[in-house]
Amino acid sequence: METTNTAVNRSQMTVSDEVAIQITNMNKWYGAFHVLRDIDMTVHRGERIVICGPSGSGKSTLIRCINRLEEHQKGQIIVDGTELSSDLKNIDKVRSEVGMVFQHFNLFPHLTILENCTLAPIWVRKVPKREAEETAMHFLEKVKIPEQAHKYPGQLSGGQQQRVAIARSLCMKPRIMLFDEPTSALDPEMIKEVLDTMIQLAEEGMTMLCVTHEMGFAQAVANRVIFMDQGQIVEQNEPYEFFNNPQSDRTKLFLSQILGH
Amino acid sequence: MSDTHAQTVPFVRDTMLPEAEPPASEMGAVKWIRENLFNGWVSAVLTVLSIAVVAFLVYELFPWFANSVWNANSLTECRQILDGATGACWAVIRVNWLQLIFGFYPPDLYWRPILAFVLLIVAVAPVLFPAAPKNLLYFSAVYPFLAVWLLWGGTIWGVLVAAMGFGVGYLALRLLGSFGTLIQTGGAVIAALVWWILLAAPIIDVLSAALPIGIEAVPSREFGGFMISIIIGVAGIALSLPLGILLALGRQSNMPLIKGVSVVFIEFIRGVPLITLLFTASLLLNYFLPPGTNFDLILRVIIMVTLFATAYMAEVIRGGLAALPRGQYEGADALGLDYWKAQRLIIMPQALKISIPGIVNTFIGLFKDTTLVVFIGLLDPIGRASAIRATSDWQGIYWELFIFIGAVFWVFCFGMSRYSMYLERRLQTDHR
Repeated sequence: METTNTAVNRSQMTVSDEVAIQITNMNKWYGAFHVLRDIDMTVHRGERIVICGPSGSGKSTLIRCINRLEEHQKGQIIVDGTELSSDLKNIDKVRSEVGMVFQHFNLFPHLTILENCTLAPIWVRKVPKREAEETAMHFLEKVKIPEQAHKYPGQLSGGQQQRVAIARSLCMKPRIMLFDEPTSALDPEMIKEVLDTMIQLAEEGMTMLCVTHEMGFAQAVANRVIFMDQGQIVEQNEPYEFFNNPQSDRTKLFLSQILGH
Repeated sequence: MSDTHAQTVPFVRDTMLPEAEPPASEMGAVKWIRENLFNGWVSAVLTVLSIAVVAFLVYELFPWFANSVWNANSLTECRQILDGATGACWAVIRVNWLQLIFGFYPPDLYWRPILAFVLLIVAVAPVLFPAAPKNLLYFSAVYPFLAVWLLWGGTIWGVLVAAMGFGVGYLALRLLGSFGTLIQTGGAVIAALVWWILLAAPIIDVLSAALPIGIEAVPSREFGGFMISIIIGVAGIALSLPLGILLALGRQSNMPLIKGVSVVFIEFIRGVPLITLLFTASLLLNYFLPPGTNFDLILRVIIMVTLFATAYMAEVIRGGLAALPRGQYEGADALGLDYWKAQRLIIMPQALKISIPGIVNTFIGLFKDTTLVVFIGLLDPIGRASAIRATSDWQGIYWELFIFIGAVFWVFCFGMSRYSMYLERRLQTDHR
């Protein structure tokens, strides 16, 4: 609970009626292991959703299904009006609209920070190189590390790398951002700089799905918290109610464990 | 007791210590000698023994080199000049060096392989060194055809029509664009093969009859010496890397057919000695090819050497691919890069970098293995050396010839090894 109770400007964070992601009756198995069970979920444009739950509850798998890093076996996922199926064209289309930030950053170590940020715009969006570099510098300034543009990822701290990873996703001008435990691999003093970046993004109205254990972030930014356990959505509510008045026993147990000390 | 405790535990530093030099015995040559040569009595004894061995070898070998004879026309003449003393007879190299390099290539046409070799350096420069102008890459693409024409000569239409095969393949690739990748690629390959196997020969005949432009033809049996090693080695190296990449990707493919073909190919070729493949190339291929086809022996050897190196290359690159964290694939996927772009921009640059030592190892092995072609009757340097030793002038000589051949091979292989180290340093960006 030590993080980010900074004043967050919620005025910009409006949620529209437009549906960004529609998940209906989705199921996923790893071999015979039933990881996700009957997931139903609607995400509206501008929503900030925090997904939490014990490890192995399927929360990472869920958001990895949304850009098809994982395949679902049953049910339907519609992202921005495009249904995810085995059609490669649809998958690439969804992936270029959906930004993803990973726990371990997954920056490309053989490319400079700037090249990391311009690669996808140049090769996927066919943006001219100069324009891509301008956009990249714009977003690197936004995450407050323009001076590192010509270094390699290995020369940066974890927090800086994660901010680069966020900038890299933003360069594709995504309409939805997925965060898969973005601060779990970071030292405590670096968590704040990444969360600040994410808060800034939320204030600008980005549709965000975050798998995270940063409950301070959830309370400050999210307009919905989803609690998952054993591959199912157990409880969801707006953050105040979720933290102060949890309904299910599992949620109560989980919250007491992570907020207990 | 509690008093002392109270005095020792609280501590505040008021001045920071400046950096200091290490003690003199921990720096420079003294430290190096002590740590590396005389670090304990075992190490001291071994150092002294090693120095003794080196001194003995120099003492024994020095006269042999010092008394070298360079001007003589036969071994007997050498021995007369030496007059009983030990000494090397390098005259054998001096007399025969052109043959060792060019084989029986017509002497008045030596300029052609020499020019091809010089142009080879120009052609590989943009591939090897980032400082070279990138426009040279166009020349690199043309070079293989130019080199073949310079070396074998004949009508220029031969190489031009062969080059057009790639154009035909590319055309098919564009025309079949709407049919999906598999049909597209297959169609392009088939179109190019049809061109080369069925159409090329008559077209060449027609064109060379209409416009006879050409230089004197040199048949493959006149090739020999280091020239043949370099031709086979360079062709094998240039072809086995891209084919090895494709095969490594094939082995990792999700498609059972492609994966199966790749695995069977790799395991078959790796499980068979190169020499059996070479005999297949020289003898058996004739049975399978339509009668009357004149399928050049050197070309057949190049194909076999390439296939052999490709299988090893694929396994080396597979190792590099396996060393990449899964996150790199996911990072590329999540940005919307398709399979080929992800491979080309993200995966291969890193996998190849990891595999550089293994790749160069395979290259060096391939280059040295070219000496095996002596067993199927091509007169590579070893073959030439045997022929020289069989003449009455030089019967009984062997050290000098083999030292010379070994030294030349060593220079090439050492060059490759140093280049790979340079490349590893240049590509090192991970700052571990």
